[in-house]
Amino acid sequence: MTQILPTDNKLVQDYKFGFVTPIDADAAPKGLNEDIIRLISSKKGEPDWMLAWRLEAFRHWQTLREPHWARATYPPIDYQDICYYSAPRQRASATGEMDPELAKTFERLGVPMHERAQLAGVAVDAVFDSVSVATTHREVLKKQGIIFCSMSEAIREHPELVRQYLGSVVPPGDNFYAALNSAVFTDGSFCFIPRGVRCPLELSTYFRINAIRTGQFERTLIVAEPESYVSYIEGCTAPARDENQLHAAVVELVALDDAQIKYSTVQNWYAGDAQGNGGIYNFVTKRGHCRGRRSRISWTQVEVGAAITWKYPSVILEGEESVGEFYSVAFTNNRMQADTGTKMIHRGARTRSTIVAKGISSGESSNTYRGIVRVLPRATGARNHTQCDSMLIGPQCSANTFPVIESFNASAITEHEATTSRISEEQLFYLRSRGIDEETATALIVHGFCKEVLKELPLEFAVEAVKLLELKLEHSVG
Amino acid sequence: MAEFEIRDLQARIGEKPILQGVNLTIERGETHALMGPNGSGKSTLSNVIMGHPDYEVTGGDILFRGQSLLGLPTEERARLGVFLAFQYPVAVPGVSVARFLKTAVEAVRGKSAGGAGGFLKGVREQMKSLEMTEAFLDRGLNEGFSGGEKKRLEILQMRLLKPALAVLDETDSGLDIDALRIVAGGVNQLRGSDLTLLVITHYERLLKLIQPDHLHVLMEGRIVFSGGPEAVQELERRGYDWLREQAGEAVVAG
Ligand SMILES: Nc1ncnc2c1ncn2[C@@H]1O[C@H](COP(=O)(O)OP(=O)(O)OP(=O)(O)O)[C@@H](O)[C@H]1O
Ligand SMILES: [Mg+2]
Repeated sequence: MTQILPTDNKLVQDYKFGFVTPIDADAAPKGLNEDIIRLISSKKGEPDWMLAWRLEAFRHWQTLREPHWARATYPPIDYQDICYYSAPRQRASATGEMDPELAKTFERLGVPMHERAQLAGVAVDAVFDSVSVATTHREVLKKQGIIFCSMSEAIREHPELVRQYLGSVVPPGDNFYAALNSAVFTDGSFCFIPRGVRCPLELSTYFRINAIRTGQFERTLIVAEPESYVSYIEGCTAPARDENQLHAAVVELVALDDAQIKYSTVQNWYAGDAQGNGGIYNFVTKRGHCRGRRSRISWTQVEVGAAITWKYPSVILEGEESVGEFYSVAFTNNRMQADTGTKMIHRGARTRSTIVAKGISSGESSNTYRGIVRVLPRATGARNHTQCDSMLIGPQCSANTFPVIESFNASAITEHEATTSRISEEQLFYLRSRGIDEETATALIVHGFCKEVLKELPLEFAVEAVKLLELKLEHSVG
Repeated sequence: MAEFEIRDLQARIGEKPILQGVNLTIERGETHALMGPNGSGKSTLSNVIMGHPDYEVTGGDILFRGQSLLGLPTEERARLGVFLAFQYPVAVPGVSVARFLKTAVEAVRGKSAGGAGGFLKGVREQMKSLEMTEAFLDRGLNEGFSGGEKKRLEILQMRLLKPALAVLDETDSGLDIDALRIVAGGVNQLRGSDLTLLVITHYERLLKLIQPDHLHVLMEGRIVFSGGPEAVQELERRGYDWLREQAGEAVVAG
């Protein structure tokens, strides 16, 4: 049973991750041009093909326009006023351990980097601003042929794999932010699970933005060979600052025959203050490709942070009988704006997809679900079930759903259900009549509302997610 | 000092006055029955006792052990030992019965010494006595429960929360004959000097099982009759019309 916060827990601050780590950084000057890209590439000791790839993406990006179809309003972003590279200067240590200042930061964030102190079943890659600072449990994984390392290292150590798969799901020119990311991405995680291997640990990456006026552009690539399985967890936070910071990540997943990838995110970027000042712009492209038969990709996300979220984790269902899933909880309060959802593209026969999206809005926030289910002509017998539920807390917030279903195959079956509700007075009264205070009662109701999604998260992570939701609610009710 | 006292209570919902001067006194350990036609204000009275935010109290007072409940939020009233078994318990989807019960019991009685295991053991015993299967613990609160199942769950909550004052609002409606006996048995076990009871019902059969010390009739927002429990037979026979004819002036018998 999950513990609920004690009723008098006022000690918890609005955003307890809002601190800054005092650490020296090796940073590029602000601005974006080919020289900056060359600088990033050389800092990382990249091969020429990688630099060429980046430059091509950059040239393409210059021809694209910032998309504005999402339900979010914000002032124009000055891409020349952003720093595209910042790496903490780590103090060298004989034992190869992390800089103590960084270790302390991740400790405070609840991400212990000492292997012995960790949750037994989780291997962690930690990304601080532009670079990966530590990856744990590598030896254990290596024995099974699993590669789990930073993207920079993968480019150097496993160029053949990176070249084969990078950009194969999200091409560099896919969209404005994906192109930008392809040009300037600085780090991220790379996972490769060989044929027939069931990854014995949860793989996890923790992203931390620390430096001021710095964008974070990480790139994650996960490849699951036939009959393999991996569960991957992503977490993120940033300091509380008055200005907006850009986070434009790209995540690509490739699942081959009978492989399964479970990707879970708890997104808690700094969301700005109550008046809407500051916060992270979270403009992310996440896409999975069920390339093989009976392959399976599921996205589970709990989105509770960021000033603006623009994110549609999607699945291309190519292989016959492949399965795509999207489970989402998006919570917004104050002036947050979330426009999130998914795309399920059914290409192969008898492919199936499930979408469960739960939006909770409070304060003056805006919370939008946007989804596309597209069934292409070859996808005979495809099925989709979509459920979108919105819950409103208070009178000033808004919720919207824009579900699109396009079917080009008459045998496909698509079902869509949608509900919008307010936290009902009667439910609150019932719970309060049993001695439960209003905040706890609200948390219970919201938790119940999100249950279908939360149960998809790995257990320890689900406990964290529930705590985080309760914390956020505490400042949204009453 | 009476255990529970309602003094000239007036309450409305929106612009509509519903309770128009209710007076009722219950001594500690007594059981009183409250009857009255549909729409006379019985559930309104229950909700006002519990502090439902939709009802506005425009006059009078509600005293529990001499303390006015009116200024207190609902959860404070519950923590003082006031309990309402709802006529229509609401569903809270996705919140398991087990989690709800634990949260409620901890809120009212504090954390149990036996931890989660000890708590569940106690719950299981109580469920057995109400002939409920354990499968209910994992289900969403009142989610898809039948009418009778909801009522059993109300009494299970009452047994776990051990209130000092309980209002049962038509707990008998929706129960089959066996369930009625089981639920009434579950209530009767708690009776004694520690429990003061107000039983709202339309039917004599419940009052045969939970025998009251006094009987009141509420009509159009007022208590129009207070008497001994034997009056229930006359009500069953004659209905409420004869009381209605004497409207305006309260009838006090016995
Ligand atoms: N939320 C509400 N809005 C409008 N009218 C209400 C509301 N709640 C109660 N009423 C009205 O108040 C009156 C009393 O209702 P109440 O539910 O208290 O009656 P009752 O005596 O419990 O009836 P029953 O025996 O049918 O349960 C009714 O006329 C009812 O329609
Ligand atoms: Mg009623």
